[in-house]
Amino acid sequence: MTRNVLVLLDTPASELRSPALEILTIARTLGTVEAVALEEPSAATLDQLAAHGVARVHRVDLPADLSDDARHLTPVVAEAFAAVARAAGAQVLLLTSSFPNKEVAARAAHTLGAGLVIDAAALRTADDGALVAGKRVFAGAWDTECAVSTDVAVVTVRANAVVPTPADASAVPEVVAHDVAPSASATAARVVSRTTHETDGDGRPELAEAAIVVAGGRGTDGDFTPVLDLADALGAAVGASRDAVFEGWFDTFVGQTGVTVAPRLYVGAGISGAPHHRGGMQASQVIVAVNNDPECPIFEICDFAVVGDLADVLPQAAAAIRAHKGV
Amino acid sequence: MRIVVAVKYVPDIQSDRAFVDGRVERTSDDGTLNELDEHALEAALRIVEALPEDERAASEVVALTVAGEDADSALRKAFQLGVDRGVRVSDDAIAGSDYFGTARVLAAAVRALGADAPVDLVITGMAALDGLGSVVPVLLAAELDLPQLAIAGDLQVDAAARTATVTRELGHVTEVLEAPLPAVVSVTDHANDPRFPNFKLIMAARSKKVEAWSLADLDVDPATVGDAGARTRVVSAAPRPEKPEVELVVDKGEGGKALAEYLIRNELV
Repeated sequence: MTRNVLVLLDTPASELRSPALEILTIARTLGTVEAVALEEPSAATLDQLAAHGVARVHRVDLPADLSDDARHLTPVVAEAFAAVARAAGAQVLLLTSSFPNKEVAARAAHTLGAGLVIDAAALRTADDGALVAGKRVFAGAWDTECAVSTDVAVVTVRANAVVPTPADASAVPEVVAHDVAPSASATAARVVSRTTHETDGDGRPELAEAAIVVAGGRGTDGDFTPVLDLADALGAAVGASRDAVFEGWFDTFVGQTGVTVAPRLYVGAGISGAPHHRGGMQASQVIVAVNNDPECPIFEICDFAVVGDLADVLPQAAAAIRAHKGV
Repeated sequence: MRIVVAVKYVPDIQSDRAFVDGRVERTSDDGTLNELDEHALEAALRIVEALPEDERAASEVVALTVAGEDADSALRKAFQLGVDRGVRVSDDAIAGSDYFGTARVLAAAVRALGADAPVDLVITGMAALDGLGSVVPVLLAAELDLPQLAIAGDLQVDAAARTATVTRELGHVTEVLEAPLPAVVSVTDHANDPRFPNFKLIMAARSKKVEAWSLADLDVDPATVGDAGARTRVVSAAPRPEKPEVELVVDKGEGGKALAEYLIRNELV
């Protein structure tokens, strides 16, 4: 049985970021892949879709009188996604795992009567044809698999689940337009304002999707310079513990209620490893920590740890990494 | 103002959490009120406390949970924080519910509470610390066909204008959403600092009784919830293998180099 798999594109108007390419890579293993865009896909996006063998992009045209801000309301996006899924006869709907996308996924599944999986790390087809999703739960301590028993499945896939890989055969994507008018329920909440914070061009990867993350905690005493230095030597994204963010030392924290990360490599500096922090990073493939307290809990879940002052250890490590890279 | 706060009884995140027969093991030994729900309770209590006295007297905050009897400890915690009523919906048929089954039962209970007098607001935590799906509040809004205001780092309710306004941080985007009441709101741990129970509230909580409802009380078809109605089922659950012993280096001047060498050796650079 070959399935129709529909992938919601996060940023079609510019170009696709790694998490979207990752779900296109996973989608190909499940069936025929088509994409959904709520904006006109750019030439760059169409090139990426071509390389991933996507032959059809469904572009949703929302009513012209709907404000730009209202187009981002998750119930509006969900209705559009569900409408295309019905029109295209899709059996699997895939999204990246951001907070807004979880809302979109839930509402689309509600509309379609579909099974819902949030934060899948792997997807496969079982011998009986059922879609099976792998998830890592309880702060990465357990691996679970759940099977979807409905005909249609909606799944959000966490970043770094696979390495994005182009298809063996490329395609020439055609763009198919769909007019979708959101219901009154979808616009029941009004957008008062929507502000995008530019990432002041620091050139670092996005925390939620980076392959390497360096995070700083209370042990930095407010000086993130060594953390940023090591991150830049590694080409890593930067995060913090919740404490460090509450202190005003950094803006984004890794944790169960902050950004959840599962990179190839996580380096925690001056972070003790409180449960809510571990819940946000414990699924990382390799965990390294630097802390001056040999008894700190994060050492229990580490692959490699240095007991020492991060202000000494991090710059030395950064220099050695730069020397190795020859830069 | 009548506010329903949906709360969940979860295994303590510091305990050894486990699956039994494809379900999260829930024992009374290490179960607790989902920490993030304390922020939802706090938000509800503050909204009522900010009302003029006559309206406050006519207000009610109800903690609602879908769970077994063990969960009464979570509702008693809610009583100690100052909640007026605690309702637990229990039914053998609910076991094994997926997100949709849980949302359906919660929605039916909110409707039942609304039969006495209208419910103005439903507040939840942003996620339960066992599943971390964050989708039940959204599904509850969809089931009730009410506006959804999720992941609120800030919640302001204008009781006179009958609106709720939330600010939500979504990565590089800050959204301010407003909806007419009634609405469903989920709040994050940035929304407020939850209070601690005081002696007076602890004493008052002793006289409060948990109201136990079943599916029959709510007119919910048992076939649409629990294992019978679930659209997903857990087919395997296993603890991950223990990690090999941590490679620990004590910095005596070469710790940074050792760290770099470890990363290079493991092809992480």
